[in-house]
Amino acid sequence: MGALLSFFVVIVLVLLALAGVKGAGLYVLFGTIIPYAAFATFILGVILRVIKWSRSPVPFHIPTTCGQEKSLPWIKYSKLESPAGTMGVIGRMALEVLLFRSLFRNLKSEQRDDGAKLVYGSNKWLWLGGIAFHWSMLIVIIRHLRFFTHPVPFFVNIIDSLDGFLQIGAPHLMITGVVLLLAVTYLFLRRAFIPQVRYISLPADYLPLFLIMGIATSGILMRYFLKVDIIHVKELTLGLATLNPKIPAGIGVIFYIHLFLISTLFAYFPFSKLMHMGGVFLSPTRNLANNSRMKRHVNPWNYPVKVHTYEEYEDQFREKMKDAGIPVEKE
Amino acid sequence: MYDAWKILLGLIIFLAFATFPFYSNMGKAVAKPDPKLDTPVIQQMKVKQCVESKEFMRAEHMQLLNNWRDAALRRGERLYKGSDGRITEISFQNQCLRCHSNKKKFCDECHSYADVKPYCWDCHIAPKEAKNEH
Repeated sequence: MGALLSFFVVIVLVLLALAGVKGAGLYVLFGTIIPYAAFATFILGVILRVIKWSRSPVPFHIPTTCGQEKSLPWIKYSKLESPAGTMGVIGRMALEVLLFRSLFRNLKSEQRDDGAKLVYGSNKWLWLGGIAFHWSMLIVIIRHLRFFTHPVPFFVNIIDSLDGFLQIGAPHLMITGVVLLLAVTYLFLRRAFIPQVRYISLPADYLPLFLIMGIATSGILMRYFLKVDIIHVKELTLGLATLNPKIPAGIGVIFYIHLFLISTLFAYFPFSKLMHMGGVFLSPTRNLANNSRMKRHVNPWNYPVKVHTYEEYEDQFREKMKDAGIPVEKE
Repeated sequence: MYDAWKILLGLIIFLAFATFPFYSNMGKAVAKPDPKLDTPVIQQMKVKQCVESKEFMRAEHMQLLNNWRDAALRRGERLYKGSDGRITEISFQNQCLRCHSNKKKFCDECHSYADVKPYCWDCHIAPKEAKNEH
């Protein structure tokens, strides 16, 4: 149900762009106003969300310990899996953010011999799909800088030529474009076909997948099949980046569909699960050093609690307690 | 705010990445490309018409060139029938470059604007005017 709902949302978005541009000719709305509004929502939304998070204290010191903690000098400790200081934490976070270390530990459990045995096995498919998707996405985004900068920075050129080095067709087939679409399709099929994952999937889980599928599909269609006048496209995008927006005539509607889906993704970003981009840096189980035996972690919201000790209680009720035959400590 | 300087540092790094196109282009005015069609051969033509329409060539020339390469070099087919029925010899060097002999003002004008680096010149000899300036 969730999948269908999200799917139709994306279809409606495509039709909106199609009707808005092709039907109503709202070029300025779809080419300038919506992209700017979406980008502003993205930047402000992300900042406000992170600031909101930063106002919550971390009441408990809860790093996950995946290796030997630092203790006595002759016991070898695991610097990255159970870091004792800032450098270790930075290393651990780098592994987590760049290589998805904790997802690499993903296990699968299975009952064998009619439930007599419970066995665990390594399951790297989610990790593989996730890392293929995220890295392709990053490279695709960096590649798109060629539309937003002039002169184009050298690293964009290097990435571009590496990405297209198979030299299939013209324009060159970009490997990451294909990998991105395949990986996001896998991430969707996984939700659709594994019953446990389907059970916990919500429309909010499917929507980003379908949006990204729509973006990748429209991009691939535009680059390899339907073709748009790339010079006019760059005039528009560079106009956006230089704050001098203009709408050159004659850009195919597929470009506006692509742009509208991206704008939607950007605007939706701060309100969605996609905020894990910022959230991963703020996960207490990852970004705290495992030094709870060396340093005391005090709950930041602790405040002087008003207490009524037993001595004070006895002072207050001594006579009544005696009358009732209750033993007291002081006579 | 807890760990305020770490949060702010993270947000500054985020902004530095996210707004890169805006500040790296700050105050720059980029002239839009203006490819020239004023070579001697083109000026002498009565009907100034490429093998296909201008719109088609704008969007599809890379695909057409790629198909021409495959046809001529891999299948040995040297004739191209355009959508209007005209037959052209398939030859980049003798057909395309005969008219468009101004690589710098024709090819490079848009290619450098869109940051495209076609590998035509890995095999083909660039027209003379461009060669002298390289």
